[in-house]
Amino acid sequence: MSARSLTLTSARRRRTDVVARWVLAVATVLALVPLVLVVYYVVNKGASAWNTQFFTKDPTGNSTGFGDEGGLKSAILGTIEIVAIASAIAIPIGIAVALWLTEYHRGGWLGNVVRYFIDVMTGVPAIVFGIFVYLLLVIGQPPASAYAGWKGAIALALLMLPIVARSAEVVLLLVPESLREAALALGAPRWKVIMRIVLPAALPGLLTGSLLAIARAAGETAPLLFTIAVTSGTTFDPGQRMNSLPTQIFNNLNSSSDPGLISRAWGGALVLLAMIFVLNIFARLVSRRSPAIR
Amino acid sequence: MEAGVISRGGGSGIPKRSPRARLADPAFRWALTAMALGLVALIVYFFILLIVKAEPTLSHVGVLSFAFSNNWDFGGEIFKAWPLLVGTLVTSALALLIGVPIAIATALFISELCPRRMRIPLTVLVDLTAAVPSVVFGLWGFFFLAPKLQGTAQWIADRLSFIPIIGGGHAAGPSYFVAGLVLAIMILPIVSAISREVIATVPLDHKEAALALGATRWEMIRMAVLPYSRAGIAGASMLGLGRAIGEAIAVSYVIGGNATLIHHIVEQGDSLAATIARSFNEANANQRGALIACGLLLFVLTLVVNFVARYFVARSTRALRAPPAAEPVASGAV
Repeated sequence: MSARSLTLTSARRRRTDVVARWVLAVATVLALVPLVLVVYYVVNKGASAWNTQFFTKDPTGNSTGFGDEGGLKSAILGTIEIVAIASAIAIPIGIAVALWLTEYHRGGWLGNVVRYFIDVMTGVPAIVFGIFVYLLLVIGQPPASAYAGWKGAIALALLMLPIVARSAEVVLLLVPESLREAALALGAPRWKVIMRIVLPAALPGLLTGSLLAIARAAGETAPLLFTIAVTSGTTFDPGQRMNSLPTQIFNNLNSSSDPGLISRAWGGALVLLAMIFVLNIFARLVSRRSPAIR
Repeated sequence: MEAGVISRGGGSGIPKRSPRARLADPAFRWALTAMALGLVALIVYFFILLIVKAEPTLSHVGVLSFAFSNNWDFGGEIFKAWPLLVGTLVTSALALLIGVPIAIATALFISELCPRRMRIPLTVLVDLTAAVPSVVFGLWGFFFLAPKLQGTAQWIADRLSFIPIIGGGHAAGPSYFVAGLVLAIMILPIVSAISREVIATVPLDHKEAALALGATRWEMIRMAVLPYSRAGIAGASMLGLGRAIGEAIAVSYVIGGNATLIHHIVEQGDSLAATIARSFNEANANQRGALIACGLLLFVLTLVVNFVARYFVARSTRALRAPPAAEPVASGAV
């Protein structure tokens, strides 16, 4: 009864509302179209390239017309090893920098300077990191050891560092202050509070941030292009030139229009995409079961 | 039975730490400080190194002439990068024009309109788009998007031929237009994720007040949500711009690689980052110097853009910090 006596929203306003809602919904669907198309296309083209040779043989450097083109074994293993080394460098340092920011320098100009530089680092294009490591480590070295897997790993680590540090800072700030105070009141020294209380409490969040950084690094081509060079053979020695999935795909597509090589590149893209999606989904599952932070 | 009386006198009953144990704390602190400051030193050194290595080219060509004169002949070693700089700016501007409205709409839909149980799946899907490697976008753009769009691009170019640059020309497969579109797809999830965070800081009071006054959902968005988060969304777009400017691999596939000043948007062109990715490994010393100078230009450009972006984002999220969001690391895309 009383609702009747209120003035109803005019038809024009209701129409605008409905139209606006539909526009936003359609735009959201539109935003998801590329993902669906990319995944569909990569699976479609890539799955047919997967065979036993794809996973067990190195690229031979041949085009299809001139013999066996080989598989992508060295690229897959190389990507895993390079990203593992990069993670071993970037994750501890990134978390350490985040700890320094949250535990010792929450405010203050020095903390803000470091925070600002991390932001700068986040904005640096991946390819510029590639140039940097090239200038720092590759140029002027004896040709035999100029390009090496570990140099690519350093370039990737530079890319990962700000991502790890930023996400770790956010997570560490969420650890309740009362936990730290309780531990300090019991007489624990600061470093023990950090190692035994703060880090374990923040662990799931730290893990999520690190996994997302790893996923990001695994797909990057640009920092590797000028640092690990091009090679075909499998090696586990990071002092050697190494192959990696992104650079292999990039070079296959750039150097030829051979259908066999391009098909293999699609296969590689599918492996890369699968690896990265698994990492991403895993990262999100970890973050959901985070005990300290509710 | 000993008397077992431990002297309680002498002031402190609390056992003191041994001198060695007391050293652990400062040592730990200094180790962390060394890493944090080392990071700053590294970035400063990075900048100086880039300038030093780009200096021969820049002093040979002249800084202004390098950036703003129109003559890029890589083989002939003439390095005046204006066509590349314009290519970078045109593709990034296109990416913003296409990507940002959709990104904001997506952020608004996910945080204000969609049913609660669809919120997390949609967020995850949008964020997954950000996880697709640029080389895969390049591959897809080159083999799928560019050929598919050629006809459409030509049709639009013909209709709009009265507008210089945007209309006219002969649509090639790879082009500024396709590069801009691929970049739009790549920056969309990032802009959307940051916008979502900014929108989450809009106080519930504002929204409820708007609804209580009889506003429809859309009017609530327009009058309560958007004004409050405008600066933050502007910042998010600028961060997307920074990403678009620096993207090399995907663009190098879909822009064509023709370093002449843009005539028509549907024709082939080139950008700073794409040129570096394509030609660095085969370049001689002079050419490498020029590409390093391009890298420096790119670096400075992204530095400025990011600086402005951070200012906007910080201004809008610092003002009224909402209580921490429920999912702490939803910002993984940043």
